[in-house]
Amino acid sequence: MILQTLAFYLFAAVLLASAVMVIASRNPVHSVLFLILAFFNAAGLFVLIGAEFLAMILVVVYVGAVAVLFLFVVMMLDINLTELRQGFLQYLPVGALIGLVLAIELIFVVTGWQLSPELAGMAQAPASGLVEHSNTAQLGEILYTRYAFLFQGAGVILLIAMMGAIVLTLRHRDIKRQKISRQVAQKPGDTIEIRKIRPGEGV
Amino acid sequence: MTDLLREYLPILIFLGLATAMACVMIGASWLVGPKNPDPEKLSAYECGFDAFEDARGRFDVRFYLVSILFIIFDLEVAFLFPWAVSLSEIGQFGFWSMVVFLSVLTVGFVYEWRKGALEWE
Repeated sequence: MILQTLAFYLFAAVLLASAVMVIASRNPVHSVLFLILAFFNAAGLFVLIGAEFLAMILVVVYVGAVAVLFLFVVMMLDINLTELRQGFLQYLPVGALIGLVLAIELIFVVTGWQLSPELAGMAQAPASGLVEHSNTAQLGEILYTRYAFLFQGAGVILLIAMMGAIVLTLRHRDIKRQKISRQVAQKPGDTIEIRKIRPGEGV
Repeated sequence: MTDLLREYLPILIFLGLATAMACVMIGASWLVGPKNPDPEKLSAYECGFDAFEDARGRFDVRFYLVSILFIIFDLEVAFLFPWAVSLSEIGQFGFWSMVVFLSVLTVGFVYEWRKGALEWE
């Protein structure tokens, strides 16, 4: 039990520190690397509360794919730090407003249960907490049947994301594909012509 | 400590050992190694001549396309895991639910194949 508490405080402390570094570090690439560290620690916290599957998804999808995507985006932008800092005061009101809204939302998430106790009943399909089922199996039992509509919605969103990425970034180049059937069907007579040329004469 | 966490204990020990080892290696070489900095030593080494340009060049947008397509199929596989684990519980409906999901994404896959988004040059 003491080890569990120690691990929790370790993961939580590193998570918070690296989250602060994400916004505080000057080099955007370092920011992304700190974000990856934050993801790993969040995965550790998920394991500590028993959400194994979410922890592994966090590592596979967020660290393995999303963070790499962020790195590409950061490297694709030609970042000039002095230019970035110029607009700081200009964007300050909007940023402060968004921060305020997020802070209020966070406060509601944490204290909403105290404001109206019936909110607790609105949490759908609470974790059954059955020991004989693993976390992954518990998710699987409700995700594809009870939440089938949301699951299909996720599929459609992924489809739209795929098409959007292709439409936005694919500049059409001349792609030369190999057509094996044409290569095989080619006859020597189509491309080669043999002529007898006597010495001293042209073609 | 629950059984689940006991299974993860070796990973925690491994992480601790890896962190300690990395710290010892970097710290020892920082403490023990000789340091005589010199502008020539600190400059980027590019096989005998001065560096042509900054190493932080801009990346092609095509890398972004490949990685976003990778994320989508990564998520598709992530959805397959709980489905495979609980296939005996969720019955016909759960099975066909996943088949519909996969076929929606296959439409996207066929689209990207036909568009040539997977071709590099």
